[in-house]
Amino acid sequence: MFEYAPAPESRAVVDIKPSYGLFIDGKFVDPADGTSFKTINPASEEVLAEISEAGQADVDRAVAAARKAYDKVWSKMPGRDRAKYLYRIARIIQERGREIAVLESLDNGKPIRESRDVDIPLVAAHFFYYAGWADKLDHAGFGPSPRALGVAAQVIPWNFPLLMLSWKIAPALAAGNTVVLKPAETTPLTALLFAEICQQADLPPGVVNIVTGAGETGRSLVEHAGVDKIAFTGSTEVGKAIARSVAGSRKKVTLELGGKAANVVFEDAPIDQAVEGIVNGIFFNQGHVCCAGSRLLVQESVYEPVLASLKRRMARLRVGDPLDKNTDIGAINSAAQLDRIRTLSDIGGEEGAERWSPPCDLPDHGFWFAPTIFTGVTQAHRIAREEIFGPVLSVLTFRTPAEAVEKANNTPYGLSAGVWTDKGSRILWMADRLRAGVVWANTFNKFDPTSPFGGYKESGYGREGGRHGLEAYLDV
Amino acid sequence: MSDARVSVRKTYKLFIGGKFPRSESGRSYLAQDANVALASRKDVRDAVVAARAAVKGWSGATAYNRGQILYRVAEMLEGRRDQFTGLGLPAAEVDDAIDRWVWYAGWSDKITQVYGGANPVAGPYFNLSSPEPTGVVGVITPPSFLGLVSVLAPVIVTGNTAVVLTARDAPLAAVTLAEVLATSDLPGGVVNILTGDPAETAPWLAAHMDVNAIDLAGVTDPALATSLEEAAAGNLKRVIRPPAKAANWSDDPGLTRMTAFLETKTVWHPKGI
Repeated sequence: MFEYAPAPESRAVVDIKPSYGLFIDGKFVDPADGTSFKTINPASEEVLAEISEAGQADVDRAVAAARKAYDKVWSKMPGRDRAKYLYRIARIIQERGREIAVLESLDNGKPIRESRDVDIPLVAAHFFYYAGWADKLDHAGFGPSPRALGVAAQVIPWNFPLLMLSWKIAPALAAGNTVVLKPAETTPLTALLFAEICQQADLPPGVVNIVTGAGETGRSLVEHAGVDKIAFTGSTEVGKAIARSVAGSRKKVTLELGGKAANVVFEDAPIDQAVEGIVNGIFFNQGHVCCAGSRLLVQESVYEPVLASLKRRMARLRVGDPLDKNTDIGAINSAAQLDRIRTLSDIGGEEGAERWSPPCDLPDHGFWFAPTIFTGVTQAHRIAREEIFGPVLSVLTFRTPAEAVEKANNTPYGLSAGVWTDKGSRILWMADRLRAGVVWANTFNKFDPTSPFGGYKESGYGREGGRHGLEAYLDV
Repeated sequence: MSDARVSVRKTYKLFIGGKFPRSESGRSYLAQDANVALASRKDVRDAVVAARAAVKGWSGATAYNRGQILYRVAEMLEGRRDQFTGLGLPAAEVDDAIDRWVWYAGWSDKITQVYGGANPVAGPYFNLSSPEPTGVVGVITPPSFLGLVSVLAPVIVTGNTAVVLTARDAPLAAVTLAEVLATSDLPGGVVNILTGDPAETAPWLAAHMDVNAIDLAGVTDPALATSLEEAAAGNLKRVIRPPAKAANWSDDPGLTRMTAFLETKTVWHPKGI
């Protein structure tokens, strides 16, 4: 095992202002009643900036600005011109990629390697992909001249702050809608930088509006009578509340909710590759991933070697400074999330599962949780049923493919699943039977703007990405 | 004394799991001059159990096979055309309903090609998206026979199974359709039809945790529609709301009644040698 010298990325490329207003009608404005909250660096607990908290009056203003921009500008603009704005945004994101990646890691706690090599390139790719749809909607397969819906209310989580923004805003604008987006309260900074990017691209005022705040701001936004479409990514609990709140209205809704993905390893799988996939499946982004492979199902005959290899691999994961280019696992996003991970992990121990983490030194400040696995887990254990949203893996076993399917599907969630086997016919057999919106075979956590993503069952409805992602923003 | 033959009257019953039981509640009501079974909460639960049991076989059948069976339903409908017009339905509506059924039958092996496809991802991966049925779908039908066919056929052609609550005052065409379905090689449980009062039974269906989706096409009371949609949120059922304005079932149906009850599954695999 080597020791690496620290290799921190410089913060000098980022200019964080002491305080930020709301982005409404193309300008940064103060909130109506002047309240604010702080956003911190979860790796150090250092305050990064003062953020405005949007109240009802601010949400009203933002929705009105979006409506005006929709009626007067955006819905009337030819698709080819909407496309050009989206292409401009995509290019600016590429040009300022390093700055954005550093800011994302500072505010979110994720390793720079991931924000730089995964998140931000995908953000640019999403804008490029949907830019090309803006002038081709007649050919998207939803009939001739599909119409935009109007004003879209979008509420996104803290785990992939700018990536989730791009999943929401790019298809909405391409289809001709205008948006009011609320980023998560712990990770607003890259959304506010995106607002500056909209200004830099000369996007017409009101087409994109960003209101910062917490749950109450989000509720005001999705329940606002002036919005035509709601797109939410977050917990299943909040998703159900939104589904109830829109009952009897004509608002269209798409929900990307929780998951408890099974990652199924058969005895003929290439073990080293499978172990890389298991690690990527649950420890990528500190396990703050709705499609994380948090339930490992290993065929009993290879349980010992898989587990031994997994533990060996986990002992080499580097936990620490998110801005260090060698870091594998960064900080937990907030104190509240750390508390939830600890609580559920403690319950795992109390319910009789065996807990293991590699020896690792965690920093003194900030929110940290060592990569953890539980063995001897049964399907009834809470750690096998509830989404933990952290670097915690539950390991279960199976004997036959039928049992693997049974256990993998034994959850109210249905977002994603993984299969590891050398046998092609078994992959296709499993892929048919797994009740999940995404099935990764001999790989995990792969994303692409051309590829629809979304859940079955209580993981929500609608798809983001690809041609299907457009449908969510069109009146079809 | 007259020589006129005394006709055999028909008892109208429910259709659950391929069988024709009476309501377990023993209740009936008068509709269209007949005594019709008045379904209860327990009948709804039995129908959901039957529909769930049928999901595996029906969703696992080949699209070719499902198409054949739906087309067979159209054949049976054509053969029993007089039975429907005898209920007082306009001949043109019966013809439209038969044609509508034929139209949907042909979608079974085409929807995957039209709605799914390969995704050109930026990397060495095979990446394919395919539509799959969502599972058990609750359907509250409008009173028109063409409306009933227009909401039922799209649910089952894609591999879902259905629990149908018929319009309170126009149940006889639905019961007659059940006889058609029962003689069409459609596996028992794929379609279950409950006559009665949807205002009584629909809340149980909308709140049932083993129902995946619900179509409120026949709900005309906005307050009931809202409460059903709220109940459906309990397990995030996919919902088709009632039409905004009175539906004209003769209009081109488009694809949305099918796609609303489909999930898109995307499968990734690395490419390499």
